[in-house]
Amino acid sequence: MSTSVERFDERARRGADRVGSTVVHRGELLRHPVYTRVLHWLVAISFVLSLLSGFAIYSPWLFRFLTPLFGGGPMTRFLHPWFGIFFDLFFFFQFLNWLTPMLWARSDTRWLKRIRQYTTNQDKVESADVGFFNGGQKLYFWAIVLSGLLFLITGLLMWFDNLTPRWLVAVSYIVHDLAGLLMLAGFIVHIYEGTAAMPGTFQAMTNGTVKRKWAWTHHPAWYRDVTGRDPFADLERERRRQAERESAIEDWERERDAREHT
Amino acid sequence: MEAKEGGLTNRDYPSETISGAVEMSNPQTFQIQEISAHPGPVPGLGTQRAEEVCKYIDVTTCIGCKACEVACVEWNDHPFRETTFDDTYQTMPSTEWNYWNLIKFAEDERDGNLMWLMRKDQCMHCADPGCLRACPADGAIIKYENGIVDFQQDNCIGCGYCISGCPFDIPKFNEKTKKVYKCTLCSDRVGQGLEPACIKACPTGCLHFGTKSDMVQIAGLRAKQLREQSGFADAGIYDPASIGGTHVIYVLHDIKHTERYGLPANPVIPPTYTYWKWLAKPTGLLMAGLGLLAVFFHRVSVGPKLPQPEDLAPVESYPGTVEAKRKEQP
Repeated sequence: MSTSVERFDERARRGADRVGSTVVHRGELLRHPVYTRVLHWLVAISFVLSLLSGFAIYSPWLFRFLTPLFGGGPMTRFLHPWFGIFFDLFFFFQFLNWLTPMLWARSDTRWLKRIRQYTTNQDKVESADVGFFNGGQKLYFWAIVLSGLLFLITGLLMWFDNLTPRWLVAVSYIVHDLAGLLMLAGFIVHIYEGTAAMPGTFQAMTNGTVKRKWAWTHHPAWYRDVTGRDPFADLERERRRQAERESAIEDWERERDAREHT
Repeated sequence: MEAKEGGLTNRDYPSETISGAVEMSNPQTFQIQEISAHPGPVPGLGTQRAEEVCKYIDVTTCIGCKACEVACVEWNDHPFRETTFDDTYQTMPSTEWNYWNLIKFAEDERDGNLMWLMRKDQCMHCADPGCLRACPADGAIIKYENGIVDFQQDNCIGCGYCISGCPFDIPKFNEKTKKVYKCTLCSDRVGQGLEPACIKACPTGCLHFGTKSDMVQIAGLRAKQLREQSGFADAGIYDPASIGGTHVIYVLHDIKHTERYGLPANPVIPPTYTYWKWLAKPTGLLMAGLGLLAVFFHRVSVGPKLPQPEDLAPVESYPGTVEAKRKEQP
């Protein structure tokens, strides 16, 4: 990545941190700075608007349900390309911001091979080589890059259809739809993983922080990098402390009961 | 009349074509259904005459007077628009959003002599309309039983897909209203039992209007006459089967070279508007729905991935838990 992009991102991050701020409490780690969070939600809002207005035009069955949200068919048709332009624009900045941590590594290929164990929860803790982003997150990122490009190209061809040959409009129509379906599939998984599937994840995009427990469970290599500590040793330590805490409470309760009975 | 597919009601259609009066005067409603004490079947029950309308254009007798162009502009109340002069007799290069009927002039050679081909260009009212297949807006394009394909601008969202779906380059976009327009085959006139305005204006009788079967028959006679008596061995009817036939048919001097008249030999709708829209699209939606169900039931059956150690340590002795399963395995 070129240094000018790095410098741009650095300035944007510092600027965003001056306006907003992130509070890291005890037992937490900073996961996403203000700049990343704001970009994420700008991308998310423009994506959801694009998705809803796009699926209104995608299917005759959804048309009647979704077009009223945007003020009717013609308004939906008018707004959709603009939602898309904003989605692509915001995601472009997120792309620059995240390009380095999203670069594919050997450990990501290994992660993909363990996808069965991952989805069936057989691995309660991720393996030691999982860094800031795991293979699945990186896959989703690059799928968005690909779809974002396809959306832009085919979208412009359909938007300015008087300058486009008829067959190209017909092909664009399919490619645009396929990109949309790919995005929808990724989006469903993304929301699920970010909320119900992994408690403690959502706050990374709201407060910007995660619990240390969360970090060594899901991203051990990242935990090691930012704290300089062994994630699994800390996990064992916490397990021991928890057991000790519980037995200490039980001892205290037994003592109290004995005192009260005498 | 029952509500049509897509939730359209009678009120969405031009009232004159489906008013109660037309329904009542339809002779089909007076077909006897049951007869008291009558031995044998009811005479004529179950027979019906398909009243598909059709324009038949005899290209060989067109003189290019453009009376039909004027009649079209006048009947549809279109304002005067500037013409384009580009060294031909054509009024403008192609039909426009408010100029639905255009005589196309082409020069051709036959036996070393100049031949001037004049073809009245307008919507072909296809039996399998590409515009309608492509349209994503509920009720923006409708096809009547009589074969007329009509745009309902109230429902049009102006996406322009119909333009790319049409094999004849007929629908035209109006930048100002952001809607698409084309020839209606004078559905307002036809609904009142009148012929389209262009037909009425034609001075040579090269334009005909009637039922599809009648027009095909007359056109067939004319083509035969051209082949046998006028030396046009390849004369024939243009009624392309690749889009299920059209409700505007031509008799051409040379059916083997339709492109000389600016007509595609085998017009087709892009498969994206047929297979993709009606097969692949619902499949995609179904997959999305299944995906939503899948993540929901993943949560219910597999459960969340909790940060370790969990606040309360899991009990190993409980049957069916991950811990119990792990214990069973050697």
